[in-house]
Amino acid sequence: MTILLQSVSFSDWFREVANWAFILIALPTLFGAWRTVTSNNIVRAVLYLVVALGGTAAMFLMLGAAFVGWTVVLVYIGAVVILFLIGIMITRAPLGADTQLSHSTDVKVPAALLSVVLFGVMATALIDAFGARMIEPFEPTSTSEMANILFGRFVVPFEVVSFVLLAALVGGIAIARKDDEGGEQ
Amino acid sequence: MTIIQFIIVGAALFSMGLYGVITRKNAVLILASVELMLAAVNINMVAFDRYLQDQLHSGQIFALFIIALAAAEVGIGIAIILMIYRNRQSADVDELNLMKG
Repeated sequence: MTILLQSVSFSDWFREVANWAFILIALPTLFGAWRTVTSNNIVRAVLYLVVALGGTAAMFLMLGAAFVGWTVVLVYIGAVVILFLIGIMITRAPLGADTQLSHSTDVKVPAALLSVVLFGVMATALIDAFGARMIEPFEPTSTSEMANILFGRFVVPFEVVSFVLLAALVGGIAIARKDDEGGEQ
Repeated sequence: MTIIQFIIVGAALFSMGLYGVITRKNAVLILASVELMLAAVNINMVAFDRYLQDQLHSGQIFALFIIALAAAEVGIGIAIILMIYRNRQSADVDELNLMKG
Protein backbone atom coordinates (compact mmCIF):
# COMPACT_ATOMS: atom_id res chain seq x y z
CA MET A 1 0.00 0.00 0.00
CA THR A 2 1.44 3.34 -0.99
CA ILE A 3 0.44 6.63 0.53
CA LEU A 4 1.00 9.49 -1.82
CA LEU A 5 2.71 12.42 -0.18
CA GLN A 6 0.87 15.13 -2.02
CA SER A 7 0.78 18.47 -0.26
CA VAL A 8 -1.32 21.56 -0.76
CA SER A 9 -0.53 25.21 -0.15
CA PHE A 10 -2.62 27.41 2.09
CA SER A 11 -4.11 29.51 -0.70
CA ASP A 12 -4.93 26.41 -2.75
CA TRP A 13 -6.76 25.03 0.25
CA PHE A 14 -9.22 27.91 0.25
CA ARG A 15 -9.84 27.52 -3.46
CA GLU A 16 -11.53 24.14 -2.98
CA VAL A 17 -15.29 24.39 -2.46
CA ALA A 18 -15.38 21.32 -0.20
CA ASN A 19 -13.14 23.10 2.29
CA TRP A 20 -15.59 26.00 2.63
CA ALA A 21 -18.26 23.40 3.33
CA PHE A 22 -15.89 21.94 5.89
CA ILE A 23 -15.51 25.30 7.64
CA LEU A 24 -19.29 25.73 7.63
CA ILE A 25 -19.55 22.34 9.37
CA ALA A 26 -16.57 22.65 11.71
CA LEU A 27 -17.47 26.02 13.25
CA PRO A 28 -20.96 25.00 14.50
CA THR A 29 -19.49 21.70 15.66
CA LEU A 30 -16.86 23.39 17.81
CA PHE A 31 -19.34 25.99 19.04
CA GLY A 32 -21.78 23.25 20.02
CA ALA A 33 -19.05 21.36 21.83
CA TRP A 34 -17.95 24.52 23.61
CA ARG A 35 -21.48 25.34 24.80
CA THR A 36 -21.98 21.69 25.83
CA VAL A 37 -19.18 21.94 28.35
CA THR A 38 -19.83 25.53 29.48
CA SER A 39 -23.60 26.14 29.39
CA ASN A 40 -25.27 26.85 32.73
CA ASN A 41 -28.55 25.37 31.55
CA ILE A 42 -28.48 21.58 31.68
CA VAL A 43 -31.10 21.02 28.97
CA ARG A 44 -29.37 23.47 26.65
CA ALA A 45 -26.03 21.78 27.27
CA VAL A 46 -27.47 18.46 26.13
CA LEU A 47 -29.20 20.05 23.13
CA TYR A 48 -25.91 21.70 22.10
CA LEU A 49 -24.48 18.18 22.17
CA VAL A 50 -26.91 17.47 19.31
CA VAL A 51 -25.27 20.28 17.32
CA ALA A 52 -21.78 18.92 17.99
CA LEU A 53 -22.72 15.34 17.13
CA GLY A 54 -24.66 16.46 14.05
CA GLY A 55 -21.50 18.25 12.92
CA THR A 56 -19.45 15.07 13.31
CA ALA A 57 -22.10 13.18 11.33
CA ALA A 58 -21.82 15.78 8.55
CA MET A 59 -18.03 15.34 8.59
CA PHE A 60 -18.47 11.60 8.16
CA LEU A 61 -20.68 12.30 5.15
CA MET A 62 -17.96 14.60 3.77
CA LEU A 63 -15.47 11.77 4.18
CA GLY A 64 -17.73 9.44 2.21
CA ALA A 65 -18.63 7.36 5.25
CA ALA A 66 -22.39 7.62 4.79
CA PHE A 67 -23.26 4.54 6.85
CA VAL A 68 -21.26 5.70 9.87
CA GLY A 69 -22.69 9.20 9.51
CA TRP A 70 -26.30 8.09 9.52
CA THR A 71 -25.57 5.64 12.33
CA VAL A 72 -24.34 8.61 14.39
CA VAL A 73 -27.56 10.47 13.60
CA LEU A 74 -29.75 7.50 14.54
CA VAL A 75 -27.87 6.21 17.58
CA TYR A 76 -26.45 9.40 19.10
CA ILE A 77 -28.99 12.05 18.22
CA GLY A 78 -31.92 9.63 18.18
CA ALA A 79 -31.18 7.51 21.22
CA VAL A 80 -28.28 8.69 23.37
CA VAL A 81 -29.40 12.33 23.64
CA ILE A 82 -32.92 11.16 24.54
CA LEU A 83 -31.36 8.97 27.24
CA PHE A 84 -29.54 12.04 28.57
CA LEU A 85 -32.77 14.03 28.65
CA ILE A 86 -34.51 11.16 30.47
CA GLY A 87 -31.61 11.09 32.93
CA ILE A 88 -31.99 14.83 33.52
CA MET A 89 -35.73 14.50 34.10
CA ILE A 90 -35.38 11.52 36.43
CA THR A 91 -32.72 13.18 38.56
CA ARG A 92 -34.91 16.33 38.69
CA ALA A 93 -32.09 18.67 37.83
CA PRO A 94 -33.14 22.33 37.92
CA LEU A 95 -34.26 23.17 34.40
CA GLY A 96 -33.35 26.87 34.39
CA ALA A 97 -29.91 28.45 34.62
CA ASP A 98 -27.94 26.87 37.43
CA THR A 99 -24.42 27.73 38.52
CA GLN A 100 -24.14 24.46 40.43
CA LEU A 101 -23.58 22.47 37.22
CA SER A 102 -19.88 23.29 37.05
CA HIS A 103 -17.05 23.78 39.50
CA SER A 104 -15.97 27.27 40.48
CA THR A 105 -13.13 29.22 38.90
CA ASP A 106 -10.42 27.56 40.98
CA VAL A 107 -11.12 24.32 39.10
CA LYS A 108 -12.02 25.91 35.76
CA VAL A 109 -8.74 27.79 35.29
CA PRO A 110 -6.43 24.76 35.69
CA ALA A 111 -8.83 22.67 33.61
CA ALA A 112 -8.82 25.26 30.81
CA LEU A 113 -5.03 25.44 31.02
CA LEU A 114 -4.75 21.66 30.82
CA SER A 115 -7.13 21.48 27.85
CA VAL A 116 -5.34 24.26 25.96
CA VAL A 117 -1.94 22.66 26.62
CA LEU A 118 -3.25 19.26 25.53
CA PHE A 119 -4.70 20.76 22.36
CA GLY A 120 -1.47 22.67 21.70
CA VAL A 121 0.69 19.56 22.09
CA MET A 122 -1.62 17.47 19.88
CA ALA A 123 -1.95 20.19 17.22
CA THR A 124 1.80 20.80 17.07
CA ALA A 125 2.58 17.11 16.82
CA LEU A 126 -0.11 16.45 14.22
CA ILE A 127 0.79 19.44 12.04
CA ASP A 128 4.43 18.41 12.29
CA ALA A 129 3.56 14.86 11.26
CA PHE A 130 0.96 15.44 8.55
CA GLY A 131 1.44 19.04 7.44
CA ALA A 132 -0.72 19.71 4.41
CA ARG A 133 -1.04 16.19 3.07
CA MET A 134 -4.09 15.62 0.93
CA ILE A 135 -6.75 12.99 1.26
CA GLU A 136 -6.74 11.36 -2.17
CA PRO A 137 -9.94 11.60 -4.22
CA PHE A 138 -12.14 8.71 -3.19
CA GLU A 139 -15.33 6.85 -3.93
CA PRO A 140 -17.85 7.04 -1.06
CA THR A 141 -18.13 3.77 0.82
CA SER A 142 -21.47 2.23 -0.06
CA THR A 143 -23.61 0.57 2.57
CA SER A 144 -23.43 -2.79 0.79
CA GLU A 145 -19.63 -2.57 0.86
CA MET A 146 -19.76 -1.87 4.61
CA ALA A 147 -22.15 -4.80 5.08
CA ASN A 148 -19.85 -7.17 3.20
CA ILE A 149 -16.90 -6.18 5.39
CA LEU A 150 -18.89 -6.12 8.64
CA PHE A 151 -20.42 -9.56 8.09
CA GLY A 152 -17.32 -10.99 6.45
CA ARG A 153 -14.00 -10.13 7.98
CA PHE A 154 -15.40 -8.51 11.15
CA VAL A 155 -18.32 -10.83 11.91
CA VAL A 156 -16.86 -12.21 15.17
CA PRO A 157 -16.08 -8.78 16.68
CA PHE A 158 -19.53 -7.67 15.53
CA GLU A 159 -21.20 -10.52 17.43
CA VAL A 160 -19.05 -9.81 20.48
CA VAL A 161 -20.11 -6.15 20.42
CA SER A 162 -23.73 -7.29 20.15
CA PHE A 163 -23.35 -9.38 23.29
CA VAL A 164 -21.59 -6.56 25.12
CA LEU A 165 -24.47 -4.23 24.24
CA LEU A 166 -27.04 -6.82 25.33
CA ALA A 167 -25.23 -7.50 28.60
CA ALA A 168 -24.81 -3.78 29.28
CA LEU A 169 -28.49 -3.02 28.70
CA VAL A 170 -29.67 -6.00 30.78
CA GLY A 171 -27.21 -4.87 33.47
CA GLY A 172 -28.58 -1.35 33.23
CA ILE A 173 -32.11 -2.62 33.78
CA ALA A 174 -30.92 -4.76 36.70
CA ILE A 175 -29.20 -1.79 38.33
CA ALA A 176 -32.00 0.72 37.82
CA ARG A 177 -34.90 -1.62 38.66
CA LYS A 178 -36.84 -0.80 41.81
CA ASP A 179 -37.09 -3.66 44.26
CA ASP A 180 -40.70 -4.80 44.49
CA GLU A 181 -41.42 -4.77 48.21
CA GLY A 182 -39.40 -1.64 48.76
CA GLY A 183 -36.82 -3.87 50.41
CA GLU A 184 -33.71 -1.94 51.36
CA GLN A 185 -30.51 -3.82 50.65
CA MET B 1 -9.28 18.14 1.54
CA THR B 2 -6.34 17.64 3.81
CA ILE B 3 -6.09 15.13 6.64
CA ILE B 4 -4.99 17.76 9.16
CA GLN B 5 -8.26 19.73 9.09
CA PHE B 6 -10.20 16.73 10.37
CA ILE B 7 -7.76 15.62 13.03
CA ILE B 8 -7.38 19.19 14.33
CA VAL B 9 -11.15 19.40 14.80
CA GLY B 10 -10.92 15.98 16.50
CA ALA B 11 -8.19 17.24 18.82
CA ALA B 12 -10.22 20.35 19.67
CA LEU B 13 -13.33 18.29 20.44
CA PHE B 14 -11.27 15.95 22.61
CA SER B 15 -9.74 18.84 24.58
CA MET B 16 -13.17 20.40 25.12
CA GLY B 17 -14.50 17.04 26.29
CA LEU B 18 -11.63 16.80 28.76
CA TYR B 19 -12.42 20.31 30.02
CA GLY B 20 -16.04 19.27 30.51
CA VAL B 21 -15.16 16.09 32.36
CA ILE B 22 -12.96 18.03 34.79
CA THR B 23 -15.21 21.05 35.40
CA ARG B 24 -18.72 19.58 35.36
CA LYS B 25 -20.30 18.53 38.64
CA ASN B 26 -23.53 17.05 37.30
CA ALA B 27 -23.04 13.36 36.45
CA VAL B 28 -25.23 13.51 33.32
CA LEU B 29 -23.13 16.35 31.91
CA ILE B 30 -19.91 14.44 32.65
CA LEU B 31 -21.30 11.58 30.54
CA ALA B 32 -22.15 14.10 27.79
CA SER B 33 -18.54 15.34 27.85
CA VAL B 34 -17.30 11.76 27.54
CA GLU B 35 -19.53 11.43 24.47
CA LEU B 36 -17.77 14.46 22.98
CA MET B 37 -14.40 12.76 23.48
CA LEU B 38 -15.68 9.57 21.84
CA ALA B 39 -16.99 11.62 18.90
CA ALA B 40 -13.52 13.13 18.52
CA VAL B 41 -12.00 9.65 18.38
CA ASN B 42 -14.58 8.66 15.75
CA ILE B 43 -13.59 11.60 13.54
CA ASN B 44 -9.97 10.48 13.70
CA MET B 45 -10.93 6.89 12.92
CA VAL B 46 -12.90 7.78 9.80
CA ALA B 47 -10.43 10.44 8.62
CA PHE B 48 -7.47 8.06 8.84
CA ASP B 49 -9.50 5.31 7.22
CA ARG B 50 -9.92 7.64 4.25
CA TYR B 51 -6.33 8.89 4.34
CA LEU B 52 -4.78 5.41 4.41
CA GLN B 53 -7.15 4.14 1.69
CA ASP B 54 -7.84 0.98 3.67
CA GLN B 55 -9.53 -1.65 1.51
CA LEU B 56 -11.17 -3.24 4.59
CA HIS B 57 -12.38 0.14 5.93
CA SER B 58 -11.25 -0.85 9.41
CA GLY B 59 -11.52 2.75 10.61
CA GLN B 60 -15.20 3.00 9.73
CA ILE B 61 -15.91 -0.44 11.23
CA PHE B 62 -14.16 0.58 14.44
CA ALA B 63 -16.13 3.82 14.49
CA LEU B 64 -19.29 1.70 14.40
CA PHE B 65 -17.98 -0.42 17.29
CA ILE B 66 -17.15 2.72 19.28
CA ILE B 67 -20.69 4.01 18.68
CA ALA B 68 -22.16 0.71 19.95
CA LEU B 69 -19.93 0.72 23.03
CA ALA B 70 -20.75 4.37 23.70
CA ALA B 71 -24.44 3.48 23.63
CA ALA B 72 -23.79 0.68 26.13
CA GLU B 73 -21.76 3.06 28.30
CA VAL B 74 -24.53 5.64 28.37
CA GLY B 75 -27.13 2.98 29.22
CA ILE B 76 -25.11 1.74 32.18
CA GLY B 77 -24.10 5.29 33.16
CA ILE B 78 -27.67 6.58 33.31
CA ALA B 79 -28.70 3.49 35.32
CA ILE B 80 -25.92 4.12 37.84
CA ILE B 81 -26.80 7.84 38.06
CA LEU B 82 -30.44 6.87 38.66
CA MET B 83 -29.39 4.49 41.45
CA ILE B 84 -27.17 7.16 43.03
CA TYR B 85 -30.01 9.67 42.79
CA ARG B 86 -32.35 7.24 44.58
CA ASN B 87 -29.90 6.80 47.42
CA ARG B 88 -28.56 10.35 47.73
CA GLN B 89 -31.27 12.56 46.16
CA SER B 90 -28.59 14.25 44.06
CA ALA B 91 -26.75 13.77 40.77
CA ASP B 92 -23.85 15.94 41.94
CA VAL B 93 -20.63 13.92 41.92
CA ASP B 94 -19.09 16.14 44.62
CA GLU B 95 -21.64 14.86 47.13
CA LEU B 96 -20.61 11.25 46.63
CA ASN B 97 -18.18 11.31 49.52
CA LEU B 98 -19.30 8.20 51.41
CA MET B 99 -15.89 6.57 50.96
CA LYS B 100 -13.96 9.64 52.08
CA GLY B 101 -12.08 8.97 55.31
